[in-house]
Amino acid sequence: MTVATIDVVPTELARGRGGGGPAPTRIVVAYGFWIFLLSDFIMFSGLFAAYAVLSDQTAGGPTGRELFNLRNVFIETACLLLSSYTCGLQALSAEQRQQGRFYVFAVFTFVLGAAFLVIEISEFAGMVSKGAGPSRSAFLSAFFTLVGMHGAHVTSGLVWLTYMVAQVVVKGLRPHVLRRLLCFSLFWHALDIIWIGVLTLVYLIGAR
Amino acid sequence: MDGDDRLLDDRNPGVRPEESVANVLSYTAGLGLAILLTIASFVVSQTNLLWAPGIPVGLIVLAFAQIGVHLVFFLHMGSGPDNTNNILALAFGLLIVFLVITGSCWIMANLNANMMPMSAAMPR
Repeated sequence: MTVATIDVVPTELARGRGGGGPAPTRIVVAYGFWIFLLSDFIMFSGLFAAYAVLSDQTAGGPTGRELFNLRNVFIETACLLLSSYTCGLQALSAEQRQQGRFYVFAVFTFVLGAAFLVIEISEFAGMVSKGAGPSRSAFLSAFFTLVGMHGAHVTSGLVWLTYMVAQVVVKGLRPHVLRRLLCFSLFWHALDIIWIGVLTLVYLIGAR
Repeated sequence: MDGDDRLLDDRNPGVRPEESVANVLSYTAGLGLAILLTIASFVVSQTNLLWAPGIPVGLIVLAFAQIGVHLVFFLHMGSGPDNTNNILALAFGLLIVFLVITGSCWIMANLNANMMPMSAAMPR
């Protein structure tokens, strides 16, 4: 963009750069929540670094290749991807004030997220029952911390989604409820980004 | 409902209502690309057709591509004026993530390389 075009339409181009008046509340709220999500990514980067350093320290215990079941991991990934999609459609229906469609997509999002969690918990339970719990080796400690932290985020996302649906029931799709829904969908999509990292680093590279 | 909205909306004066950048098509395109990249990752990780030492690098490249798809199609990171601050914050976040992960791996690899052999340090 050249200076000349900024002179022609100042409010359109100058927003976000200090000129053209204050940004809409929706933009400011999304920016603040994005900063939080980035700090969450940085916390996860510490866990990823710990896993990368410790992934070979199996202390004679089972390795990733023996433990991971890629078929389950594929189903988990599909659940998360589809729930991200329905979460996007849910955000769209909320913006267009279609409350019925919003509920339908919210239920899909919740069920797919819950399915992911059920598979993950049964995977964890299977590993612990085989004697491959978090105390077995440094590799497994790092594995349970990283993957469990992502699972904890999904759990809190499900609680948050339930709470948001309750807010829509009670208050309707008002602007401040819409902004909270915007933050929720940012959170839910960000969890998918973390999962891509977990899938690649832990499961696909670890199972080879 | 409309009057109620205007009353409750604390949008600042002089700013027109935002046109949403999102639509069903963008989410569907994002889902399609994400599914393609995920399947590619699984295929690459299981195949015997590729040079094995190169596969982890390939998987990481596919992961970055998919993260890009998610950022653009699901989180709506774009080049619009409203997104400048988001992109700058993302760039800073990526820098820190990069420093934490590569820095940890680098330092720990160095420590491992310089470590006295375990048997010499602590005879069992």
